[in-house]
Amino acid sequence: MNARISHLFGAVVVALVALIAMTTYWQVWARGSLEARQSNVRLVYRDLEIERGAIISADGIVLADSEPGRLDGRDVFLRRYPEQGLAAQLVGYSSLLAGRAGLERSLDPELTGSTSDLAGVRNSFDRMRGDTVRGDDVVLRLVAAAQQTAMDRLREAGRAGSVVVLDPSNGGVLVMASTPTFDPNEGLVEALDAPGSPLLNRATQGLYPPGSTFKVVTAASALDNGVVEVSTEFPAGDCIETGGQELCNFNGKDPGEHDFGYALVHSVNTTLATVGIELGDERLEATMAGFGFFKRIPWDYPADQNLASGIYNRRGNQVRPGANVDEARLAIGQERLLATPLQMALVAAAVANGGQLVQPQAVQEVRAPDGSVTRRPQAVFLGRAMTTETAGELRLLMRQVVDEGTGATAAVEGLDVAGKTGTAETGEEGLNDAWFIGFAPASAPRYAIAVLVERTAGTGGDVAAPIAADVLRTLSGS
Amino acid sequence: MNALLRLPARNRELALIALALLITTAGFAAVQIARAEALSWSPLIAAALFAAAYLAAHVALRLYLPDADPYVLPITAVLAAIGLIEIHRIDPDLARDQGLWIALGLGLFVAVAVAFRDIRRLESLRYTCGALAVALLLVTIVVGTEVNGARLWIRAAGLQIQPGEFAKILLVVFLAGYLRERREVLAAPARRVLGVGIPALRHALPLLILAGAALVLLVAMNDLGSSLLLFVIALAMVYVATGRLLYVGTGLGLFALGGLAALQIAPQVQTRIDGWLDPWPDEQDSAYQIAQSIYTIADGGVTGAGFGRGLILNDAGGTIIPFAQTDFIYSVIANEMGLVGASAVILLYLLLAWRGFRIATQADDGFSKLLASGLAVAVAFQAFVIVGGVVRLLPLTGLTLPFVSYGGSSVTANFAIAALLLCISQRANRERG
Repeated sequence: MNARISHLFGAVVVALVALIAMTTYWQVWARGSLEARQSNVRLVYRDLEIERGAIISADGIVLADSEPGRLDGRDVFLRRYPEQGLAAQLVGYSSLLAGRAGLERSLDPELTGSTSDLAGVRNSFDRMRGDTVRGDDVVLRLVAAAQQTAMDRLREAGRAGSVVVLDPSNGGVLVMASTPTFDPNEGLVEALDAPGSPLLNRATQGLYPPGSTFKVVTAASALDNGVVEVSTEFPAGDCIETGGQELCNFNGKDPGEHDFGYALVHSVNTTLATVGIELGDERLEATMAGFGFFKRIPWDYPADQNLASGIYNRRGNQVRPGANVDEARLAIGQERLLATPLQMALVAAAVANGGQLVQPQAVQEVRAPDGSVTRRPQAVFLGRAMTTETAGELRLLMRQVVDEGTGATAAVEGLDVAGKTGTAETGEEGLNDAWFIGFAPASAPRYAIAVLVERTAGTGGDVAAPIAADVLRTLSGS
Repeated sequence: MNALLRLPARNRELALIALALLITTAGFAAVQIARAEALSWSPLIAAALFAAAYLAAHVALRLYLPDADPYVLPITAVLAAIGLIEIHRIDPDLARDQGLWIALGLGLFVAVAVAFRDIRRLESLRYTCGALAVALLLVTIVVGTEVNGARLWIRAAGLQIQPGEFAKILLVVFLAGYLRERREVLAAPARRVLGVGIPALRHALPLLILAGAALVLLVAMNDLGSSLLLFVIALAMVYVATGRLLYVGTGLGLFALGGLAALQIAPQVQTRIDGWLDPWPDEQDSAYQIAQSIYTIADGGVTGAGFGRGLILNDAGGTIIPFAQTDFIYSVIANEMGLVGASAVILLYLLLAWRGFRIATQADDGFSKLLASGLAVAVAFQAFVIVGGVVRLLPLTGLTLPFVSYGGSSVTANFAIAALLLCISQRANRERG
């Protein structure tokens, strides 16, 4: 038996030596690459020795700051989010349990004072001397009061949803609300797999069929390409035949003889679809690209937390422009067309600012610990979405939508609101994605807005437009 | 009294235990210095209790097993001390409990050493042990509670007991007795089929039942580790008894087949295998533990962060890796003691296994040889499976690291194993003169 006992010992030696080999692999060979992984909470821990800068709203509400504490036997700075779920997805989190997301991730170099400029170099000297390093404070363009209104109204709607308000002149993100939300102080771990995906920023990561709000893009393309004018006449009718299928107006309504302007204001599907066919997918998709579709919108938010709006196939992959699409259905916002609320806010902003695609901007300014401003971003325009004339015409038509069309519930006393509603079927009986996009004041727009409420029984006019009105009221202070 | 002091083996043991206690004191001091906020008497009390218990166990050996192997007890002392220090570093309250468990475990150690200083007494209890092992496992399956997804625990009188740890020892005793009895008929089979010897069914049946039972356990307990451990111990003992690789190969093949089948019905096992093959896509949810374990190990580097200086706790006061004090204690050791310390721990298991197998070869009866081999394999393979799990060499399982992990069942059961090894050693050494 002794020989066999020796064999067994040999096997044990091999097994245990394999353990040492594997430990060596992790501690020597793979150590560097593991330390570089973003999802490694140890990175966050190392940065806890830095007094991470605060994140403050434009109206002076502290959204994130650091307070001294003790962690595992060391002096550290712990992150606090005094407003809890107010702008949780936009601000994001910097957490030992979950790593980093949102602006906490994308603005990390400034918040930790580890930028590559002079301030960053100074900070690394501090670190070497063992002094406390203090990161820069970031002031956002976000208006906390309006954000609060948006969150309250979305919560009252009882459905998941999102509100985005941009300043059309510089892209400033004035509101970016997404419900359901979470408390980054306490609820992060539960939020990871909570129902309704509260961590998801629906403004940038939620893809929804834009429905009739997309008719603004179709109209811009048609007017720019000279396919129609506002006064072009269209015949009466409740349905048309396209692609072997019937395409009808909302509730099968026949608008009677009307012009193109009327068709947009009253959201006549048949007319916009007819225009779409005449335009063709190539020209329509070119306009869409001008509005920022088909690509992730570049702004100061982590790229992987932005999804591109565009046409998606059934497997959820984006269909490249130029693929075979039904332009009639595309023109009225169907045909597996999906858009984020941020994208639709950019459409509204382009109409509002005379036709330019403006880059969203979360940051108003970055301040060093001594109070000096280290960065104040300038407005960036990514290109032209349509001509100034077309934008002017659409502005008037969208004003009429709120005055006399489907968007009447978006009206705000003393503030000329312009807009477009959308009610997209979700494929589930009686449930729609309700939209409103618009801007105010119509004559000299300061706010461009997109509101989306998921899976609701109501229409864009019933559900989304009143939320827009309340948010715009808070913003304008009226 | 003079005769006792002149025992060369026991003197060596005492010197080594003194060294282990020195390590313990230094370790506690290091944690205390690194974590000034937790300054308290509790580590001193734990260390004192630890020292007293080990010295008492040593004295008991002088009295009852004077000729037994002098290295087993000091090896357990270093392992238990490292565990106690890291547990203290995680949570001083847990360390107080663990100190108590170690004292209790050494109490059981002395009791076993006294009761079975003639190891042949145990051989006559082989069937009782076998029945008891099966009963313990059945009880676990029927009234067990799930912890971390695996049903390995029963709650009784406010305590959580892990009967599998004790069932393991009883099973080894049963197998040692059974295999010694049937060794010849199993090794020299009755019939030959295609040139391969097949034992008579009535001799092999208990082994086949055992194989089936291990697979049932796998599914019922939802834990790959426990059933694999029991199965491998049995196969190793069958191999020592019969020398027939056919049994080992057939056994492993059956286990692999059964394991594949179990994958279909035990989701926990599937999750663990997925997390083993590629943890990174699920590192925030189903593979969180293994991913954090790897980060924790890698962070230690070659020399480690130092006792009490690693990053183990999170901002909520818990451990970053869940179950750090039990399943993942090796990751904590690798973090704070580095590759140097972690390798030392593995080498201590290797030393312990070496002493165990050496005791087996020196024993002159079949039962003792089989028992010592089985116990040595039990400790070494358990260390292999759990450490293999946390370093991603194997799928993760819910086993404890012998002598090191927090937990009363594990600690006391392993001290019983150490005592049994020393009982066998005593008899072998005395008869050799």
